[in-house]
Amino acid sequence: MAGTPIVEIRHLFKSYQRGGQVVPVLHDLSFDIAEGEYLALMGPSGSGKSTLLNLIAGIDKPDSGELRISGEDISRLSESGLADWRAANIGFIFQFYNLMPVLTAFENVELPLLLTGLGRRDRRERVELALEMVSLTDRSAHYPSELSGGQQQRVAIARAIITDPLLIVADEPTGDLDRVSAGDILGMLERLNRELGKTIVMVTHDQRAAERARIVKHLDKGELVDGESLLKTQ
Amino acid sequence: MYYAKLVLRNALRHKLRTGLTMLGIFVAILAFGLLRTVVEAWFAGAENASTTRLITRNSISLVFPLPITYGERIRQVEGVTRVSHANWFGGVYVSEKNFFPQFAVDAATYLPMYPEYLIAPENMKAFLLDRKGCVVGRKLAQQYGFKVGDVVPLRGTIFPGTWDFVVRAIYDGADAKTDTSQFFFHWDYLNEILKKTVPRRANTVGVYIVGIDQSSRAAAVSAAIDLGFRNSLAETLTETEKAFQLGFVAMTEAIVVAIQVVSFLVIFIIMAVMANTMAMTARERLAEYATMKALGFGPARLVALIFGESFAIALAGAAAGIAATFPVADWFAHRLGTLFPVFGVSRHTVIMQLAAALLVGAVAALFPGLRAARLRIVDGLRNIG
Repeated sequence: MAGTPIVEIRHLFKSYQRGGQVVPVLHDLSFDIAEGEYLALMGPSGSGKSTLLNLIAGIDKPDSGELRISGEDISRLSESGLADWRAANIGFIFQFYNLMPVLTAFENVELPLLLTGLGRRDRRERVELALEMVSLTDRSAHYPSELSGGQQQRVAIARAIITDPLLIVADEPTGDLDRVSAGDILGMLERLNRELGKTIVMVTHDQRAAERARIVKHLDKGELVDGESLLKTQ
Repeated sequence: MYYAKLVLRNALRHKLRTGLTMLGIFVAILAFGLLRTVVEAWFAGAENASTTRLITRNSISLVFPLPITYGERIRQVEGVTRVSHANWFGGVYVSEKNFFPQFAVDAATYLPMYPEYLIAPENMKAFLLDRKGCVVGRKLAQQYGFKVGDVVPLRGTIFPGTWDFVVRAIYDGADAKTDTSQFFFHWDYLNEILKKTVPRRANTVGVYIVGIDQSSRAAAVSAAIDLGFRNSLAETLTETEKAFQLGFVAMTEAIVVAIQVVSFLVIFIIMAVMANTMAMTARERLAEYATMKALGFGPARLVALIFGESFAIALAGAAAGIAATFPVADWFAHRLGTLFPVFGVSRHTVIMQLAAALLVGAVAALFPGLRAARLRIVDGLRNIG
């Protein structure tokens, strides 16, 4: 394992109300994610892997338990406190890219920087660097509708890393891509982890995608079923 | 700048929908402006009334005249500085549709009491010297092509016969609000004819116009005048010129109220249309709002974006509507002739139009804004694919 834990999960419970019934999703979950880790969460539909990712990313709150990210218990933060925390600490990569269709690739990558108080010139420099890292400099003025799925996901990756977050969360990042584009995206995530030391938590159904991570955890019915599989040595 | 760009691009995302909504706002604001202008035109006489002029009339009704001898007694009342008199003539120029107000006035005293009527001294002199002369307002002169020296025949309805008058002067208004659609001639000429044809109607006047020294004394002077004629054969009712004018407006109050109701209904309808547009917009963008929230944008920023878009659409449509109100009102004024003496888009109307547009924009954004603010990120992200 890499260094100190960046994510500490202790006795985490989460359930949803559906049609008047309480449906448990996560049941007494406890584990750590080390700094610089690249973790793949796998499991069948309804196993709770996306719910867990949402909790780690701070876009949902647990019913009980502790969820510490870099020492801070985010389950105790207010809505606005959580929003500020996400802006500073989390980079999101979604299955369907979730780019703003009316903004160019450049503007989409710039979006999270609007919350940082950086000046225009600084923002420009950072965006240009991020787009260079995902090899999309020549497409910076293009709108999402003018880009392929793979290119859109690369823009999303640039947006995810633009604020230099503690943690990158990726929900099925290759789920909507063809095999070649998926390979590109996975390679890019791998480089972010290996070369920049980014901690990545990825939810995936795809075994090939999971194999690119350092560790795979399997969830079923809200519980870790087989501990963890160490796929790669550090 | 970034946010302005985002607001603008969002507003133009569905060009047809936005265009049709803006067209609706354009029409609504234009209609609202025109209806407000009509209402203001209705009240124009009262609004422009002098505070130092009183009107004394028969207390029973305006239809009943007052004796000419009252003038001298009114002049004796403390606080009265000037007195003049006038009769409503009610003649027809060529055909009934050519309506304009005609008054037989005491020329030497009446016109000096209305400094807002501007007459060239030489024309005024010519009018005073010609007992069959008349003075017409600029708007009236333009409407019917009257020029100095023209003979204007009027067919009397209240005072039978055909009356020929010679235009001796054309008066202009001191400002745009001055009524320049009136026609004045000599009361002496009318009285002279009446003495011969209907003697019992001679030596009577319709109203006295009373000039006072201080507007604050209007009530006291009015009471003093009326007290002087109490228990006489023709008791008087004295009121400010504004109250006198509002009395005419009150006769048609139902129409004014109906116009006002319609003007606000127009705004209410476009508010519903705009609210529907914004609600559709918000529903389609739930995933985008959820994404922005996930990235750290708080509810206030999302609400600001939605309100910004709503205001942008409402104000763009309203700006076109306000701009169009002026030429359309001018066209209406031309078509209406002298029906409304003063018919123009006021600053107050423009402010009302702007306020209506802002209200439409705010109300339309309210529900989508609340929805976006309350949206749970995980729920919003499910709206993808």
